[in-house]
Amino acid sequence: MRFVDEFREPELISKTAEEIRRLAGTKRHYRMMEVCGGHTHAIYRFGLKDILPENIELIHGPGCPVCVLPMGRIDDGLSVAQQPDVIFAAFGDMMRVPGTQGSPLEHKARGMDVRIVYSPSDALKLARLNPDKHVMFFAIGFETTAPSTALTLMRAKAEGIRNFSVFCNHVTIIPAIRAILDSPDMRLDAFIGPGHVSTVIGCRPYEWIAQNEHKPIVVSGFEPLDMLQSVVMLLHQLRKGEARVENQYKRVVPWEGNRAALRAMAEVFQLRPYFEWRGMGFISQSALRLRDSYAEWDAEQRFVIPGIRVTDPKAAQCGEVLKGVLKPHQCKLFGRECTPEHPIGALMVSSEGSCAAYFNYEHRKAMASSLSSIA
Amino acid sequence: MSAPATIPAESAPIRFRDTQIEMAHGAGGKASRRLVEGLFAPLLFGNATGPLGDAAHIDIGGAKVAITTDSFVVKPLTFPGGSIGELAVNGTVNDLAVSGAKAEALVVTYVLEAGLPTSLLEAEVRAMARAASAAGVRIAGGDTKVVEHGKADQMYITTSGIGRPLRGVTIDPSAVRPGDKVLLSGPIGDHGITILLARGELDLEADLRSDTRSVLPLVEALVNAAGPGIRWMRDPTRGGVATSLNELARDCGLGVVLLEDQIPVRDAVRGACELLGLDPLHIANEGQFLAVMAPEYADAAINALAMMPGGGEAQVIGEIREQPAGSVLVTTLYGGSRIIDMLVGDPLPRIC
Amino acid sequence: MCLAIPGKIVEISSENRDCALVDVVGVRRKIDLGLLHDDMPVAGDWVLIHVGFAMSKISEHDATDQMNTLRALGEIDGAMQEVQGYGLEDVN
Repeated sequence: MRFVDEFREPELISKTAEEIRRLAGTKRHYRMMEVCGGHTHAIYRFGLKDILPENIELIHGPGCPVCVLPMGRIDDGLSVAQQPDVIFAAFGDMMRVPGTQGSPLEHKARGMDVRIVYSPSDALKLARLNPDKHVMFFAIGFETTAPSTALTLMRAKAEGIRNFSVFCNHVTIIPAIRAILDSPDMRLDAFIGPGHVSTVIGCRPYEWIAQNEHKPIVVSGFEPLDMLQSVVMLLHQLRKGEARVENQYKRVVPWEGNRAALRAMAEVFQLRPYFEWRGMGFISQSALRLRDSYAEWDAEQRFVIPGIRVTDPKAAQCGEVLKGVLKPHQCKLFGRECTPEHPIGALMVSSEGSCAAYFNYEHRKAMASSLSSIA
Repeated sequence: MSAPATIPAESAPIRFRDTQIEMAHGAGGKASRRLVEGLFAPLLFGNATGPLGDAAHIDIGGAKVAITTDSFVVKPLTFPGGSIGELAVNGTVNDLAVSGAKAEALVVTYVLEAGLPTSLLEAEVRAMARAASAAGVRIAGGDTKVVEHGKADQMYITTSGIGRPLRGVTIDPSAVRPGDKVLLSGPIGDHGITILLARGELDLEADLRSDTRSVLPLVEALVNAAGPGIRWMRDPTRGGVATSLNELARDCGLGVVLLEDQIPVRDAVRGACELLGLDPLHIANEGQFLAVMAPEYADAAINALAMMPGGGEAQVIGEIREQPAGSVLVTTLYGGSRIIDMLVGDPLPRIC
Repeated sequence: MCLAIPGKIVEISSENRDCALVDVVGVRRKIDLGLLHDDMPVAGDWVLIHVGFAMSKISEHDATDQMNTLRALGEIDGAMQEVQGYGLEDVN
């Protein structure tokens, strides 16, 4: 597959891994956070931890939009969909995320009209095809996805499609990174920056991380060679005591971002004064809502939303894992009450959540070898 | 699923805790297994503790017979490469084949929805007749029921098959040893992705067909060339190769280690999976099978398959090792590895 | 969720310039070019696709550059070792 296979070339991967070992040496311990859930997923899928030396620690950040969504918001979305003649449309990742009364899929089993879509435009298409029903699109995602939702809403407005609304849970990445750096327990040396969010926002928004916090950040692609090359670039900076923003994912990320995408977002969305992030509390100016000019397509304006806050079970340590303070297996519920099949926290439901990734990739390997040593 | 015959225990406690049946229970993955092991097995199979197989080999007054049953609820009914009727015939023949038996006769049940056009039914029955003839199996009888409009989504088909165990092969997961090789008969994911695209809900098009076919000729060739070396076989339908191999790993208590680069996947399947965030190892197949061979027989096995029509893409995709016991590990050429579990949830409902 | 993959534009609709057909190893999918109005791609261009929208054009030039940089890693290393062998200062 072009622009994919080249970045998985085994020989080059070995070479780059060797370079990393050479640069990392043995004396210093490096803590690097990859912000974005897609990177967390890639690390496990490609077994990158097996390739990196022991003194490079990868810490998983909060960039998983499903994981940071409070349970109450899922309940709110599902409550709208419970009304007759409403079709609840969402991406596949959302389907198994539990609300207090069950996940969207479980609601579907009980008779609610729940559909998986692979694009916000699929949801709009459903509205066109079902004029006697109302389609509510449950929108999630960072700045990577928000422009597509925005453009879809612009089209809905232009075409006068009234049986369509968006329940907006889009969040922004910079406040999340700020919250990480403000966290007293956090000790980080560098960041692997979100590659796809950056195709929209560009690389400038990260400059304060380098200038004010003195931490290098390399905006990275998602193939094994991309991530390994990013580690090389970070090591070069760290060894010289530098802190700059660099763009490893040049083939796709423009330094200035995507102006057209940012314009679409500005046209349709405005920042909420504050928004609750599961496990991280309320963060100001960190999420988007529809502008008043789009009130007619805003599910929160068209429908009555219960808006009940649901607190997570005290034992669930999602927040600490999200911020990278704890590793997934250090949460008391991990692997016992909370597993991918019976998730308690959202970090275990989403395939990008660090707990699910850790469980599926690392934990089983560890269990397998520990079982055999007993046997 | 089938098990050795024992006295059923109607009053046995069940271990199945879910309060209602979900789509996931039919997906062929973990939830399906929970349902089978936690509810059906204790009530129907009594104290039988052996691994559940694709077909049951039973002894009737000295005559050895293999028997299996399967149901088909695929939507849409027809798709590139086949239709529900063909799946029904081939699926049942294949279940018997991978249990080490040659299908002799099938019986078929049709549950039809009132309002189903006769032309559609006729087309399906013709397709079944053709498939049975191609597979060398006769359809010996059947039953029909009709339900009200809205209650059967056009048609559901159940087939039961009976056959004769093949000589020279015994399927037994407990005979699997470290060092054994894992063989795959051909490219994976064709069927599941074809169905997904045929639903037309996604704006995706590809030149793909279901791989539905009888694998009996390939299995017979394998048995002839390397019978004594065959430890285990399975046809990876719902839940895909990952689910079948996880079942094996659990049943034999050893580890299955796969080489990702050796697993044959057509480009179009790979592309569709990338686009949709799916893993080909979890996608259903209807014309492939897995075999675990003693290492000294692996070459003969591949050669025998390669010489058969439709066997040219057979590959050794991995081997059995002590570790990771009970799990399936996928390794890459550059040293990365990941554990792959059985299918969880149901990404592709009603695919077979 | 960050899932985005490269695809080659096969055809752009004559009725709607935002509607394009991409090819991803033989799978064809309709995607939306509405976010690339500032720099519209043409048939034959590669784009990054996310939830049915093209997010960015893929620069073959930058991709090749990157591959060359990676391939050169080993060479720089070799050169370094040679230099170190001369007993000069550690050249970072």
